[in-house]
Amino acid sequence: MQRLTIDPITRLEGHGKIEIFLDEEGNVANTYFQIPELRGFERFCVGRPVEEMPLLTNRICGVCPEAHHMAAAKAADAVYHVDPPPAAKKLRELLYSGFYFTDHTTHFYALGGPDFIMGPDAPVAERNILGVIHKVGLEIGGKVIQARKYGHTIVEMIGGRKVHPCTSIPGGLTKGITEEQRKEIEQMGRWGIEFAQFSIDLFNKIVLGNKAYVDLIIGDIYTHHTYYMGLMDEKNKVNFYDGKVRVVDPDGKEFVKYAPKDYAAHIAEHVEPWTYLKFPYLKNVGWKGFVDGKDSGVYCATPLSRLNAADGMATPLAQEEYEKFYSTLGGKPVHQRLATHWARLIELLYAAERIVELATDPEITSPNFHTIPTEKPTEGVGIVEAPRGTLTHHYWTDERGVLTKVNLIVGTTNNYAPMSMSIKKAAEAFIKKGVVVNEGILNRVEMAFRPYDPCFGCATHSLPGQMPLQLTIRNAKGEVVEVVKRD
Amino acid sequence: MTDQFEPVIIGFTCNWCSYRAADLAGTARVKYAPNVRLIRMMCSGRLDPTFVMKAISGGADGVLITGCHPGECHYIEQNYKALRRFILLKRTLTQMGIEPGRIKLVWASAAEGVRLATEITKMVEEVRALGPLNWDHHNGHQPLAISHQPEEVAA
Amino acid sequence: MSDKPKFAMYWAASCGGCEIAVLNIHEKILDVDANFDVVFWPVAMDAKYKDVEAMDDGSILLTLFNGGIRNDENEKMAKLMRRKSKILVSFGSCACEGCIPGLANFSNVDEIIDTAFHTLTTDNGSEFKLQTHYSVPEGEIHIPTLLPRLKTLDQVVKVDYYMPGCPPESHQIAAVIDLVIQVLQGKATLPPPGATIGVGNSTVCDECKRARNEKKIKYFTRIQLTHPDPALCLLEQGIPCNGPATRSGCGALCPAAGAQCIGCYGPAEGVMDYGSRLISSFASVIDGNTPQEIEKVIDGIPDPAGQFYRFSLAGSLLRGSKTVKSN
Repeated sequence: MQRLTIDPITRLEGHGKIEIFLDEEGNVANTYFQIPELRGFERFCVGRPVEEMPLLTNRICGVCPEAHHMAAAKAADAVYHVDPPPAAKKLRELLYSGFYFTDHTTHFYALGGPDFIMGPDAPVAERNILGVIHKVGLEIGGKVIQARKYGHTIVEMIGGRKVHPCTSIPGGLTKGITEEQRKEIEQMGRWGIEFAQFSIDLFNKIVLGNKAYVDLIIGDIYTHHTYYMGLMDEKNKVNFYDGKVRVVDPDGKEFVKYAPKDYAAHIAEHVEPWTYLKFPYLKNVGWKGFVDGKDSGVYCATPLSRLNAADGMATPLAQEEYEKFYSTLGGKPVHQRLATHWARLIELLYAAERIVELATDPEITSPNFHTIPTEKPTEGVGIVEAPRGTLTHHYWTDERGVLTKVNLIVGTTNNYAPMSMSIKKAAEAFIKKGVVVNEGILNRVEMAFRPYDPCFGCATHSLPGQMPLQLTIRNAKGEVVEVVKRD
Repeated sequence: MTDQFEPVIIGFTCNWCSYRAADLAGTARVKYAPNVRLIRMMCSGRLDPTFVMKAISGGADGVLITGCHPGECHYIEQNYKALRRFILLKRTLTQMGIEPGRIKLVWASAAEGVRLATEITKMVEEVRALGPLNWDHHNGHQPLAISHQPEEVAA
Repeated sequence: MSDKPKFAMYWAASCGGCEIAVLNIHEKILDVDANFDVVFWPVAMDAKYKDVEAMDDGSILLTLFNGGIRNDENEKMAKLMRRKSKILVSFGSCACEGCIPGLANFSNVDEIIDTAFHTLTTDNGSEFKLQTHYSVPEGEIHIPTLLPRLKTLDQVVKVDYYMPGCPPESHQIAAVIDLVIQVLQGKATLPPPGATIGVGNSTVCDECKRARNEKKIKYFTRIQLTHPDPALCLLEQGIPCNGPATRSGCGALCPAAGAQCIGCYGPAEGVMDYGSRLISSFASVIDGNTPQEIEKVIDGIPDPAGQFYRFSLAGSLLRGSKTVKSN
């Protein structure tokens, strides 16, 4: 059987590999999306004191350490049965909103954006942030850098460092912020709102103003009908930091809304012997394989999922954009995965508005940012929304608060099954008998998983490029017949 | 000639009390197991936990540290430092799977040649019963940093 | 192809934080772009393994290699990048000393895989077995094999420079880039091979602004169980802060933020085994002279091996605990 191997793919958490098998006609017989890496956090965190978890689990991912830091902090609070003071929760959420702001900016401009701003068939050398800058102007490049800088500055002011924050402990934080810092954060937030609106405007002009792109977005190839998951507040509005996990079915009806401590009654993880990563699915629907539909337990957790699972956005400008989004795309839920890029910009706006809301909260400079736990540590679950999906940390400890067991379900992991399905569907659509496999074809396969923003979506500002792909086509004897490269 | 496992034990010995005790055992012809390789320090307070790590990673089956009795340190108080470091070090090594019987601290004054000899012989038998530690087998002993590595061709 | 010197950055078993730290030099990335040809950086651009294999040996002037050597693919890439690079920098704590993934060396690799595949929520029949070479109906597919223990970069290839930190702070990265550009312009010379760069030459305590007095530790406590005085040394207040053994260069950011130093910048200059040095620092100043007094104080540290070898286990003299099977 002919076989195309894409190894490594890039812009993914850790590393990934795709195997595409073709039948005798040259159509896709099957695809396998393999994750070749395992570091063992669930094992080596056992034996560590629970207050170290916000620091250790930072190192699961250096692009979104803030997500692990917060999930770990909340799980550690739960282990100690301690409720942090209101100022601490607000500060944590403020840090987290600053992080979302920088992270969503990076993904849109350097990763997802080029596919649309330059076009999926644009010459390779231009289909990257440099091409974007040439097309829309140097000014924008500067704004993107500024946006990233601001987001990281907010993280550092509250979290102590830009990468791998260190200030969350069981019961709250190790520090608060001064009035000067608060003012600066508020200013950055207001700038951020304008930048987010500008970004949405850019998307409207360049993407939604182009019929070919609109056709691509609303077409069937990148569409899947699955369940959608996201963290919601009590009014069912998207909240990145706290709330309950809500899942809606492919028709948009609420399927379940669970508190963090109950996650294990609703989520299970399927395993395959050919990959180090597991496939989460809805336990009460069941694992039916890599298939769409209401009867399949496969679910998705991305910005699109969050918007689908919510009844709206919690801030006014984002809410306006949310309504525009659904009226443009024909109602809820939206199943077209490329629309995730748009949903991400709506979340960018929400993050900026939330920064301003929290930065102008009178409690945000309170010196009461930590409550000393008094109860014995036992067990706890902490859930936040990572940009790439719902993140769950579950710890069991002994009476000294030393970990005896750990369970982690990480953001991108939620999407492992949907990504595999998207890759297969795109490969089947574009790699067919009679088609000459060139780099434009390869890009369309990439476009299938890129909207999920696999955790390490941090392409860079100024480097040429695209994803390194090579297809090696062998005949039945295993001899190389053709090598199609995209450099 | 025997096939019995002969433990290799490194003995970090302070100059003033315990090294002299070992000397005394020698001149008094007190027999004790030859498995301990003595390394003389001016004071037990000189013991850097790095020495113990180096001994283990270098293949020792056990490490013995000896010093003056508390209150009798030639440099007044430094054996207390040795005691504190030893206790913390031993807890750490135990957590890493090294049996407590392999790491020992013994106080001995210059006059206690017989006692030191007895303690040494006792420790050798305990370590013999525990078996070889073989740290290089467990963890791939290599020089601290590779100064030159032959390249392999296949990538 | 331009004749700018070639630059590469590769990540083995890492978290991506080193890549973000490089990006956080912000506008300075344009200096990198202006002075170098970036030929391989999988996270960011399109060159692939085959392209690197096709390059002449030694043709890449500077490679920043981050991440630990956890599996056979990481090891293969370490050797490949060594061959193709003139200067290979062990970049970040994972490559230099193992960092957090190095904590896996407290277990053996079977325990690691077993734990991952038997969590509370994992479906698993008793016959499930992960297979690095697996036959599917269409053919055979494979994934890399985990090595028995995580290794540092210099445990598999010769390293020219070390740049520690988890991650290295962006201002240090910017300073190193400036230095390299100056070297290219003939205005400066490279440090001696084997040097640690992007760091200070003292310990974190030297950079820390908290007041230090004579240390007499009567107890160790946990940071969540106290409200320490923000102006005083954390260690003196019983919080186990790793400052005394940790290399300076970060600006003592964590103690400034109210959190203890956890040691991410690695050993101070001249320290052969980080954990030993820290054991010595902590123990020497315990206020106790009898075994009972001393034991009571150190009961306050529930996880000594983790406390002392948190970032440096893989690069320490012992490299891991006894359960790790042989090389």
